[in-house]
Amino acid sequence: MTHQVDTDFLALPLQAVSDAAIQSGLSLGASHVDVRIERVRTGVLQMRDTSPESQTDESVTGVGVRVIVNGAWGFASSPEISTTKAYELAKVAVAMAITSGPLSTEKIALAPEPVYASQTWVSEYEIDPFDISGEEKIARLADLNGRLLKSSTVTNASAFSMFVKEQKHYADSYGTSTTQQRVRMQTAIEAIHVSDKGFESMRTLAQPAGFGWEWMGNSVWNWDEEIAELPTLLAEKVAAPSVEAGRYDLVIHPSNLWLTIHESIGHATELDRALGYEANYAGTSFATVDNLGTLQYGSSQMNVTGDRLTPHGLSTVGYDDEGVAAQRWDIIKNGLLVGYQLDRRIAARAGQERSNGCAFADSPSHVPIQRMPNVSLQPNPDGPDLDGLIAGVEDGIFIKGDNSWSIDMQRYNFQFTGQQFHRIKNGKLVGQVKDVAYQATTTDFWRSMKAVGGPSTYVLGGAFNCGKAQPGQIAAVSHGCPAAVFDKVNVLNTVAEAGK
Amino acid sequence: MIAPQELIERITRAADYEDCIVIVEAKTQANLRWASSTLTTNGVIAEQSVTVIAFVSLPGGMAAGSVTRTNIELDEIADIAKAAGVAARAAGVAEDQAPLLTNTEVGSWSAPHIATGPDVFKTFAPQLGEVFKKSQSDSIELFGYAEHTHTTTWIGSKGGLRLRHDQPAGRLEMTGKSDNRNRSTWEGRATRDFSDVDLIGVDAAIRQRLEWQSRSNRIDAGRYQTVAPSGVMADMLAYLLWASPARDAAEGRSVFAKTGQVGRTRIGEQLAKLPINIFSNPNYKGLECNPFNVATSSSAYSSVFDNGLPQEQWDFVKNGHLNSLLAPRAISEANGLPYAMGGDNVIMTSPESSGDINSLIAKVKSGLLLTTVWYVRMVDPVTNLLTGLTRDGVYQVKDGEVIGAVNNFRWNESPVELLGRISAVGNTEITATREVEDLERTAAPAVIFEDFNMSTVSQAN
Repeated sequence: MTHQVDTDFLALPLQAVSDAAIQSGLSLGASHVDVRIERVRTGVLQMRDTSPESQTDESVTGVGVRVIVNGAWGFASSPEISTTKAYELAKVAVAMAITSGPLSTEKIALAPEPVYASQTWVSEYEIDPFDISGEEKIARLADLNGRLLKSSTVTNASAFSMFVKEQKHYADSYGTSTTQQRVRMQTAIEAIHVSDKGFESMRTLAQPAGFGWEWMGNSVWNWDEEIAELPTLLAEKVAAPSVEAGRYDLVIHPSNLWLTIHESIGHATELDRALGYEANYAGTSFATVDNLGTLQYGSSQMNVTGDRLTPHGLSTVGYDDEGVAAQRWDIIKNGLLVGYQLDRRIAARAGQERSNGCAFADSPSHVPIQRMPNVSLQPNPDGPDLDGLIAGVEDGIFIKGDNSWSIDMQRYNFQFTGQQFHRIKNGKLVGQVKDVAYQATTTDFWRSMKAVGGPSTYVLGGAFNCGKAQPGQIAAVSHGCPAAVFDKVNVLNTVAEAGK
Repeated sequence: MIAPQELIERITRAADYEDCIVIVEAKTQANLRWASSTLTTNGVIAEQSVTVIAFVSLPGGMAAGSVTRTNIELDEIADIAKAAGVAARAAGVAEDQAPLLTNTEVGSWSAPHIATGPDVFKTFAPQLGEVFKKSQSDSIELFGYAEHTHTTTWIGSKGGLRLRHDQPAGRLEMTGKSDNRNRSTWEGRATRDFSDVDLIGVDAAIRQRLEWQSRSNRIDAGRYQTVAPSGVMADMLAYLLWASPARDAAEGRSVFAKTGQVGRTRIGEQLAKLPINIFSNPNYKGLECNPFNVATSSSAYSSVFDNGLPQEQWDFVKNGHLNSLLAPRAISEANGLPYAMGGDNVIMTSPESSGDINSLIAKVKSGLLLTTVWYVRMVDPVTNLLTGLTRDGVYQVKDGEVIGAVNNFRWNESPVELLGRISAVGNTEITATREVEDLERTAAPAVIFEDFNMSTVSQAN
């Protein structure tokens, strides 16, 4: 179903306010002005067993004005949306740019982009989650938790659901003007087993995506099937032996591999990071510009794309927050690093003809920065299905579901855990083990990828909570990937790591 | 925009249910960000949030529901009051219901928000320019961030709450890199108004650390006696605090649950060999913070029913023993535990503390000195096992002296276990976390951890 931008957002004085800020900024000496008027509504529902534990419904509305004066940025924002405030914000932003000038040796320039006047774009979703009553949401999660609690294995169940509607009007002094609306959903349900020996848990594998409330039915993700299986899988995990640390072939399911892609490829190929803009906070990258076109990032089977076009992708838009139209491009081709993620400023600095449209700000209070597009590992068109991948492994572990994650500030050394760890012997699953973490260096890991699953194994995974920049910003991003096989990866026993 | 006080009066009048609490938070901020010794972004930010919490009487008890909006106009007041009531009825009778505080006043209710702005940097910014110039001439690159925020919180209710608190907060972070970015270090400072920020001192500390890195060795992973600065201890404290809800422990699903005795917690158990205290106190000098509870929604940590209750000292760990876990009133009653609410600061002290970090280094025969920890994440909630990286410089210590830099590590450790492996404690100081920015007000000592588990080597600089 194709929705329209909500009429109550369109009823705001979008054009009058953006025109006022742009004209004011230009008249005060700015060479560039861009304006975002945003409303981001976020709902959270957290259930403890069958009762709501926490419930919020928060809407952030405001206007942000960014200018360039003599090659220096200035920015100001307010929750008040009026032409009077727009004039005032432009004045403050220009003053900030003038004050910043003496501290700025880099003269800001923006890569060119065609002008898109009066464009509208709305993401693909069926049911606005904010049209669903609180009672219905609570009832759905209570029902799913309740089914888990019927099992003697499940002592407690918790559910976390988050739903976001993002509305954004962008206008700049080149003449581009876009109005967009996006909706996204995520829900995770956890079954917990408590006994005299301690506690163990297992979470659902459903991946967040750009859907509406229809995602909570069974048409997109089969919740009924997963909830029915979870107690048995948890019971098996509770009884499972602790893993013996060592090197194993890993078959990694997309519900786990998306996060490894996010951390070791997604962030590593942000050009602002590679150039040092995030050095104080999020870090830098080993994939520096001198490696472009020469770094063998992974095996020859590795093909990674960036895009802002994937249907239901969390980073999918019509236009980015600098008025750049959505695109798709190669980041890694046959294992070779061939591309980066760019915004207009970084593209100009790197001598690129055009930004690939990765600018994003998470609120009207924050400046747009380069944020991650949907970064996805492509399946092998002729690759095997999941059973085929597992059948090719003599001695290994099949990992499903994400859990703990951590990677160093240059994106070399990472460690991930998961939800389910199924032992593979002679091509067959022979039961779960637990307490597994895998640890590797990025390029060693991706170069060890010896089999890539076919299209039937492909899943769009992702997260709502990718952090970057100061002041801190959050972005939602998707990562599609097939299941894949990695050769002799270092597996730790987390109980041993804890010194127990 | 409508003044916060007027908004509260109008919304509480419009609320047609038993009680209504309105929380208005006005925030202004100025920030500067830089990389490679040049300013990269800046901002002057104003934000305002209005949270309406409805308390609705239902058969069986009271329900609560909340709605938060940025900016409320006159014609939206009835809608937001109604929406909160709808949310409460949908939620049903609240598990955390407790009598609401009424008729209490704190602070200057009618005064407007005092905005911060770029002027807060009027001394700092020119100094920063000078430090940039000096770094450029000395082939040092500086990266960093300065932020000053002023937040005013008003809580008003139908029942006569009229509470107000003003909270200034600021932080400076500076990363220095040299030798083609192969050397890297960091300094962080927490401040209330930037008047006490010694930028020249920060620059000098960065230069000293970069110089220490002129001698470097590669060493293997393993367990090391490790000196952790106060900022590292502060990051570890965050993970202890996040595991502190009493309800999770009472249900057997927390590191503070008593294994084998579901329903019982580890309160009273000795965690540290040294007499260490971890607490929050809104009156702690230099870290003054909100003297009353503020909760826009309920969770395992706090309850909307406890809004406005006085925030007193909360002794989490006392004399090395787990003393108290966070328990809103209803949770405390249900589990037979005392009511305990954490404040907006955290402090770690010990009567056995003495000296600064250099006095701790002097005690180490063979070990490591950290600068910061990074990308810390929970691996196993059963033991509170964390993983993370060392960052911004790891130094080898021999016979009480720093002898050079070594490589970074991935580490795996539980802060609960680490409390038991603290062998020496320096003097408590106001400090800045590296990663956990939510913990804005922290005082902690530098410590020596015995047998810190460096799991693998990281190539990162």
